[in-house]
Amino acid sequence: MSTSAIIMMVLAIAIVWGGLAFAIVFLLKHPEGSVQLLDDHGRPLNPPS
Amino acid sequence: MSELSSGNRANRGAFSGRTAFILAAIGSAVGLGNIWRFPYVAYSNGGGAFILPYIVALLTAGIPLLFLDYAIGHRYRASAPLSFRRLHRLTEPIGWWQVLICVIIGIYYAVILGWAAQYFIFSFTRAWGDDPGTFFIGEYTQSLGAADAHLGFDFVPGVLIPLIIVWVAVVAVLALGVQKGIAGTSVIFMPILVVMFVALVVIGLTLPGAAQGLDALFTPDWSALTNSSVWVAAYGQIFFSLSVAFGIMLTYSSYLKKDTDLTGSGLVVGFANSSFEILAGIGVFAALGFMAQTAGQPVQEVAGAGIGLAFIAFPTIINQAGALGTVIGVLFFGSLVFAAFTSMISIVEVIIAAVQDKFGLARVPAVLVVGIPMALVSLFLFPTTTGLNLLDVMDAFVNNFGIVAAALVAAVTLTAGFAALPTLRNHLNRSSSFKVGRVWQLLVGGVSPVVLGYILIGELQKVLTEGYGGMPQGFVNTFGWGMAGLLVVGAIVLSVLPWPAKSNAAKVDSDGDLIPSPILDRLVDAGRVEEARANPIIDNESLPPEPPARRAQIPTSEEAAR
Repeated sequence: MSTSAIIMMVLAIAIVWGGLAFAIVFLLKHPEGSVQLLDDHGRPLNPPS
Repeated sequence: MSELSSGNRANRGAFSGRTAFILAAIGSAVGLGNIWRFPYVAYSNGGGAFILPYIVALLTAGIPLLFLDYAIGHRYRASAPLSFRRLHRLTEPIGWWQVLICVIIGIYYAVILGWAAQYFIFSFTRAWGDDPGTFFIGEYTQSLGAADAHLGFDFVPGVLIPLIIVWVAVVAVLALGVQKGIAGTSVIFMPILVVMFVALVVIGLTLPGAAQGLDALFTPDWSALTNSSVWVAAYGQIFFSLSVAFGIMLTYSSYLKKDTDLTGSGLVVGFANSSFEILAGIGVFAALGFMAQTAGQPVQEVAGAGIGLAFIAFPTIINQAGALGTVIGVLFFGSLVFAAFTSMISIVEVIIAAVQDKFGLARVPAVLVVGIPMALVSLFLFPTTTGLNLLDVMDAFVNNFGIVAAALVAAVTLTAGFAALPTLRNHLNRSSSFKVGRVWQLLVGGVSPVVLGYILIGELQKVLTEGYGGMPQGFVNTFGWGMAGLLVVGAIVLSVLPWPAKSNAAKVDSDGDLIPSPILDRLVDAGRVEEARANPIIDNESLPPEPPARRAQIPTSEEAAR
């Protein structure tokens, strides 16, 4: 394989799989039920007491 | 809203949580296009340089449109037609258009699934012999040439029997319901698919010639980036691959709990789909490199896509690989079956959900009412000597003049005609960790319509000047143009039919909550505002405010005199 092909393959894997890893980590940091719900106008629903 | 009895609640089923939903959505998005379309599109549009337009397309159109589908289905808690009807009475045809597109795709997608299942078994026996090309066209499908395309009923048992099995499996899984059937299948099939495909890639990389294959795929041609057709190809690939804008993601998101993180889940689905495409690219081109080296040809001679890649090139590779060939065959065709099956059930689910909403049916009757007629039409039209041509023309036209056109109409109407995007943006942000802003509105309402319009016009020009695939014009006019036009007419007719009293349109959500009010303009939709206020299942909170009293606006005679 040529150097440019290897670089592009590594880059493609890094960007796309990296994006997936980032998306999964981001989701796991916000477990179900942890996000403050907002109403249709962007105001918090049941604001924390 | 406990005053509404449980008898007046929609009975639609639900995903148990976001993991089940994410896996089902990935199962839908990862399909044949990831395996047999992406590698060749990337290869022929700049190779390694394609990654740039591809990522741009994913971020500026794919994921934003995915969020749009999520927002509509999740907010209006229904199938495509009822969700669009609840958004605004006049957008209902878009929902039916999406349902009819799924009817067409479903009846032929099952056929390819049947072939893949049959070829999985052929991998053990090498039934295709020394010339897989002649075998597939002449012996297995017994297809007539494109020039002889017509509607015929000479059935081919070798295709018919696997197709029957596919339909029985699809109906059985869907009858199990949203969580047990749809999510359950994806929870099992998706990990197996990944393991099988990774194994295929590992074996592929050890084959002689693999490096040349990857060289062909990844060597960047930077000059391609100045070519607009490369950018269109990138947007087209992302668009078709993510299964956005024809009801699937909308339907699936309607089965989510109200506090589910929509955008956070969507990012995982979008990137997972593309991650599998990259994996498929490596696996397919490693194998094609091996094929080229064995045949003593350059890679560009053997590179291809679609049916030719799967059912002609791969059998050739399996023949060349000796004893290892059986393993490659099992892994490749097994992957095709798993990827296509989870996509197939998502396509049929769009129709089932719509029928269920329209007639207020329970799950199993709705599955049978949809599944049996679809199976019969599919079995009647495709396992014949003319089935391959019919599949070819229907696929091309339903994609380019169905999905693309419907997506364009949806993006434009939701942006310009009904100003729905601000409400849908707030809905996305309501429960999501990844907040979207005006940029999202610009991407959905600005970038997507331009790109979709460009793709649509390009395809229109091409087909109008060149015809399609060397097939007789009458055949293309009937099953291409006629079919695509009939989808639009059918969508309008279905939107005019009244919703029965026991339909889900008259019911609150399955948990008893009211349905969000439609997106109405106080002045333009004056009559509809009143209608919505009077509807007991609609949450009036977000309706346009009452007009201020006239007295406050018009100066009194004393004020005017001053």
